[in-house]
Parts: sequence; structure tokens; C-alpha cells
Amino acid sequence: MATIELRDLCGVRCGDKGDISDLTLFADDQAAYEALRSVLTADVVKAHLGSIVQGEVVRYEAENVWALKFVCQDALGGGAPRSLRADNLGKSLGSALLRLRVAVTDAVAASASRRRAPVPR
Amino acid sequence: MTVRIGGGQGFYGDGHEPVEALLADGLDYLVCEALAELTLAILQKDRMRDETLGYAKDLPLYVQQALPYIADGRTRFITNAGGINPVSAGRAVRETLAAAGATGIKVATVVGDDVRPLGHQLELPDDTLFANAYLGARPIVEALDQGAHVVVTGRVADASLFLAPLVHEFRWSWDDWDRLAAGVTTGHLLECSGQVTGGNFSGPWWENPDALDIAFPIGECEEDGSFVLTKPAGTGGMVTFDTVREQLLYEVHDPAAYLNPDATCDFTSLTLDDLGGDRVRISGVQGGPPPETYKGLRCSPAGWSGEARLGYPWPDAEAKARAAIHFLKAKAEERGLDVLEWHEELFGLNGYGGPTVDLAEGDATGWEPPEVIARLAWRTADADTARAVGGSAGVLGLSGPPAISGVGRARDTRPSQLLAVDAFPVARDLVDAQVRVEITEV
Repeated sequence: MATIELRDLCGVRCGDKGDISDLTLFADDQAAYEALRSVLTADVVKAHLGSIVQGEVVRYEAENVWALKFVCQDALGGGAPRSLRADNLGKSLGSALLRLRVAVTDAVAASASRRRAPVPR
Repeated sequence: MTVRIGGGQGFYGDGHEPVEALLADGLDYLVCEALAELTLAILQKDRMRDETLGYAKDLPLYVQQALPYIADGRTRFITNAGGINPVSAGRAVRETLAAAGATGIKVATVVGDDVRPLGHQLELPDDTLFANAYLGARPIVEALDQGAHVVVTGRVADASLFLAPLVHEFRWSWDDWDRLAAGVTTGHLLECSGQVTGGNFSGPWWENPDALDIAFPIGECEEDGSFVLTKPAGTGGMVTFDTVREQLLYEVHDPAAYLNPDATCDFTSLTLDDLGGDRVRISGVQGGPPPETYKGLRCSPAGWSGEARLGYPWPDAEAKARAAIHFLKAKAEERGLDVLEWHEELFGLNGYGGPTVDLAEGDATGWEPPEVIARLAWRTADADTARAVGGSAGVLGLSGPPAISGVGRARDTRPSQLLAVDAFPVARDLVDAQVRVEITEV
């Protein structure tokens, strides 16, 4: 087994509805999807996001596109037009989730292929 | 017959340039989706200042762009830019057309999504600023059936704006759930403009071709509900399995039961085929009946906010920033200012990541952030208190932690009003009884 950051295993897109943050992780292949599905329970995600998410987290699966969705209640400081947060839409919450480290098999870790963006300095 | 629909707008404030390429590529319908939940709150602030406002003010620009194509009968234009004042929006469209010398163009306005008149039956709070039901595609189909060239609505569910022309063209039955769900899927993929063609892509976004000009999307739709998602030739961005699946699940909650007023969609049932060449085919969508009620959205005042940004350089940037935050909070208390809620963010440290950033790891390794910009926000009942809390920040210039640093030239510390929006169910028959389609020929 190996421990890697989610950022190496999947992409993410976040949206908002009221005070709900809707986070979806996208794995790159079936093996990565299954690895994510086995380790990323709703409880694990809720514990990682800590004080950001005040309410319940529910997980949904979309195997046809290798995606796991986490719908987080009471997660945006009251909703975009009510929130005091700089990121009132919660677009950065996916990045916060990608920071989570998970245990996966060596094979999954070896093929984790998410690349780093080049920095044009 | 293939029907080509372009997604010309994903929010109020979206770019207009990509719309030119869509129109030039040949569209049967240009559909502009202008309304996020936040947008309605913005439009409400406009309407509070001026009763004739409350719609997306750039609507006339879209009309001007599309006019040559509308006038020659090539393209029809559908938008929910009417916001919380579709009547004024319809008038603005007609004035724009008249000013351009256009004639023979039928403009339809869909009204009835405003449920404030039903406030008593719906038990809306007395301080409700707006309350709207998310209408489905039916009134738009009615307008198209009557020959409308332009359809302006208020709060219609985003995807239903795109479903409507498909029902109109293919004469789909209102209980043909799989086809309706396929049309909703088409709309869902087109409704966020560049977000399906490479924008906000979390994969290798830096490999987007011609990233300065990300295209807006086109759906090429067939009678059986299948469609190809693509973009105009010679434009930037990309349409791939990855860009399409990221948009497919955007803000849908349960992917097996995406709720829309016209159908419930199972996105886990469909197949995405990446055909190459910026073409992805979507087929096999399964659907079911929509929820029994419409979704409503209501808005009430929720106090006022103020904020201060306080930048501090290394060394001890975090300690300085936290001391400055403490200063402002203590001064507010000392002055008896009633703050209902505080919110602290330390940019350069954990402003975005919050508790997911392990600050102890930095402590253990001796790592210090090169700078920290503290952002302190507060909520108060009234604007004067919100302004007064920020009044203490000036003192930090010479009498606070060392080396407070500029964070830009903006000195606008005006408080802003906070609004709470809440979703609620609305009985369909109450709403349907007040929905009207008004068609005027310019």
C-alpha cells in the first residue's frame, strides 16, 4: 500500500445550491475509481473538511463516468449571498478535498497520473 | 433532422465574444442562461433601487449580436435574462429591435414565475424580497409554437430553456420521459457555456488549445434524444470525455435522480463516447416523471456585512495578522458595536483550505509563510454598525503589529447587504394558473 494525496488520483469540480456545496471527484480509470470508492466514505470527507461543513455529507456514485459525488449540507456559511466567506460560492472546497491523503494499492499509486502544471516564470 | 443549439451564456457577466463564433457556425437556437441563485439576489438589489430593473442589463447586447441571424430566419433566441422582471426585459428587447430598425420579429415574454402574489398561500415571510418558482419548458414551447423568434423568461429551470426547442422541433410527448430527460441533459451540458469546453477543467487545463478564446458549446440533437456536444470550428478550448463528464455532474446532487420541472434524469444511465475532434456523443439517457412540486426560491434580508484586509510580511506574519484581527474585534466590543458574526481568513496561510491545512506541520519544520493577508468579515443588523466596525482599522496603520502592508488600492469599505435565499416547494397548479405567454410583434 501507498499513501498519496487525492490530487494525484482525481480531478474535482464544485458547485453550490443554497447552503449546499456539491463536490465531485473524477477518477482517471476504473481502478482509481474503485480505490476512491473503497476509501472515501462520506464520513471520511466530512472529517477532513472539518469546520467548513457544518451539516451532513451524502455520497453518490456515478461509475459510468468514474465519479464520486459528495453533497455537503450547511457548507457555505449560509449560502452565497449570505456568506461572509471570501469564496462565498465554495469553488475552493474541492481543492481542500484534494489535500486529503488516502491509502491505495501500489498499483493504483503507480498509475496515479495527475500532472503538475508547468509554471511559466 | 438535426437541431443545433448553442449555449451562449452561463451567467450574468459572461463573455460576449464567443457568441459570435456560435452564431457564425450555424445555430437553429441560441440559448442564453443568465440566472444563478446569486444572480437573483444581485438583480433584487437593482430592483430595490429602480422598479424598472431586475433583469440582466446586458440582454440588449445579446439581441444586437443575434439580430442578423434572427432577422434572416436562421436562428431563434431564448433566454431567462428576464430575471425577476421579465416584463421590463421584454420591453428592453423590443426597444433594442426597434432601434435597430428590425421589423416582423415576434418577441414572447413568459411571466408567472413570480410567486410573491401567492405569498399568503405559500406562507412567505413578510420580509420576502423575491420569491420565484422554477418553471419548466412548456410556456417556451407554447411561444415557439406560436412563431416567436425571441423568447424572454424569468426564472425557468436552466436546462428547460434548452429542452423547449427540442420539444417544439421533435414534438416529443410530455410523458416521453427518456427523451425529455435527454433534452434536459443536453441543456444541463450547454447551460454553463465554457465550463464544458475546457473552462474550469481540473485536468491538464494548461493544455487547452488557444486558451485565451475558450469556445462556447453546441449541441447537435437528434429526434431520439441522443446528441453530440461540440464547438465551432477554429475556436479554442476542447470537448473531450473529461471536459464533458466534469460538467455532467456539476451541481446535480444525486446523479441518478437529477430533478428538473419537466423530467427526472438518471445521468448514471448514459454513455459518453469521445469521437475525437472535439465531438462527444451522449446517448442512452433514462428519465422519469418530474417532482410533484415546482422548486421555489425565496429571498429575505439577512443583515449587513463589512470587511477589512490586513497584510503583513514575514517574519511572524501569522502572529501579526492574528494580532490585527484581535485588535479589530476587541475595539468593536470596547465601542459596544453589536456584531452578530465574525469570519476570519488568513490568505497566504489557510485562507481557502481552512482546517484542511496542517499548520502544525509548518510549525514542526520551521516553515513560515512569506506573508499573510488577514481578511476579517463581520455581520451586523444594520449598515451603520457594519461601517463603524471597520472604522477601527485605520489605527492599525501606526499603532498595530509592525509593517502592515498594502493589499491594493481599493479603499471601498462600504458595507454590503446580505441576503438569505431558501428553496421551498410550490404546488404546480398555483403557479401554472398564473403563467402567461405574451407575444408582441416588433
